[in-house]
Amino acid sequence: MPDHADLLRLRNIVFVRNRRVILDDVSVTLRQNEIVTLIGPNGAGKSTLLKIALGLIPADQGTVWRKPGVRLGYVPQKLSIMPTLPLTVARFVTLSVKANRAQILATLEQTGIAYLIDASVHTLSGGEWQRVLLARALLPRPSLLLLDEPAQGLDVNGQNAFYDLLGHIRDTLRCGILLVSHDLHLVMASSNLVICLQHHICCSGKPEALQRDPAYLALFGAHNVQHLAAYHHHHDHEHGLHDGYAHQDTKHE
Amino acid sequence: MNEFIAMLQSPFLLRAFLGGAGIALIAGPFGVFIVWRRMAFYGDTLAHSGLLGVCLGFLLGLSPTIGVLIVCLALAILLVILQSRERLAADTLLGMLSYTALALGLVALSFLDAIRFDLSTFLFGDLLAVSNNDLVWIWGGGGMAFAVLMAIWCPLLAATVDEALASAEGVPVRRTQTIFTLLVALIIACAIKVVGVLLITALLIIPAATAQRFARSPEHMAVFASVIAFFSLIAGLLFSLYFDTPAAASVVTSAALFFVLSRLIPQSA
Repeated sequence: MPDHADLLRLRNIVFVRNRRVILDDVSVTLRQNEIVTLIGPNGAGKSTLLKIALGLIPADQGTVWRKPGVRLGYVPQKLSIMPTLPLTVARFVTLSVKANRAQILATLEQTGIAYLIDASVHTLSGGEWQRVLLARALLPRPSLLLLDEPAQGLDVNGQNAFYDLLGHIRDTLRCGILLVSHDLHLVMASSNLVICLQHHICCSGKPEALQRDPAYLALFGAHNVQHLAAYHHHHDHEHGLHDGYAHQDTKHE
Repeated sequence: MNEFIAMLQSPFLLRAFLGGAGIALIAGPFGVFIVWRRMAFYGDTLAHSGLLGVCLGFLLGLSPTIGVLIVCLALAILLVILQSRERLAADTLLGMLSYTALALGLVALSFLDAIRFDLSTFLFGDLLAVSNNDLVWIWGGGGMAFAVLMAIWCPLLAATVDEALASAEGVPVRRTQTIFTLLVALIIACAIKVVGVLLITALLIIPAATAQRFARSPEHMAVFASVIAFFSLIAGLLFSLYFDTPAAASVVTSAALFFVLSRLIPQSA
């Protein structure tokens, strides 16, 4: 039975490119007023999953369900504007959404950059730019917010502030947030659910529980998880450094 | 000097002015998008296919402009298809199309030796020989392209800034970009006879590049580019009449001069 609070349901998503299995049977559900964080190493398929959730690329198998009438907000991993294009922050956030100046100002205030409303987008610092991107995603008052490594390029304080801001936005907008990150510790505090992705879902759970999960430790290496350096663990599969997740062909033999 | 003033009042100059003004008007808004989207080479590719279009026009018994229009639109569609299927870089694809079209044009021309063909007019254009028919093409075809561009301005701008983000926000990115690609083919076909194969892209990109430094908004830059193109036209035409130089080349030279002069002005804060 569909839950009324469900905003997004990805079921058994498979995505293969050039004979490499990028996503293998991945299912994720996102509900209202909830932050789900996807973590995983580079090339684990996190951004691909997000693009499938957005409808930017089709999945090879599996279903994508978005609550009808849901308003999407998206913060891409990187966005660079050609320096020849003169654009103010106010204009940038309204490129495909109509809004009056008061609405723009209110949204910029939410992300703490109201003073930048008439600044050129070419003069912003990294942290300001991330907040401008977030403001653009927030302007249509989304019920579903998808963010692809929104805090990259920020220093630790900046990242903390950014994730605090996301928690605040979830509480005020009561929207669902699907977040991609590879910051191990910073994302934890504000997330309701953390999913470790390495082409398939290795493990998932509440942030506190996950940090003790053997699969989580296997994926990120025990040395990255300071307080559990001596933890002894078993896991049911291996991950190479560079190769994609090896599809379980051999199992069928 | 009296002779020069008499020339200024002649009907051919009025036609040259009207033709040039039409091209200047559309050069602004199209030029800025070509600069932002890095499509200068695309304009060149279309222009290179002009010779094939002229030959096609002769073969089919149509006007050269219609031949050029058919070839330019076909090339634009081919490019859109190839870009979605081939994994080659855009400049490689454009280069292949450009030189193939040029080579085909030269081959086709050799079969048409019964026809007198002024290659230099074709290459450099003849602004001072604008006919009423040319004016219909420039103001009719160019005006239509201008109207459609205004209609897709907002989605095209959003798609130009970032395709994925625009897509996620519900902008029909693919459709908008395809329309723009076809519009550029249309304006190049309409203007090629007057400005010439080699100079057409210059008139699109140089005023836009000059305007960039002074503009505070995208629309501002487009209007600026049109104004600069218009003054380049006036300056170039006068220079051409007075010193008896090729008109289109003089207009492009003026545009380049405006660019250099604009760099000497300190940028306002």
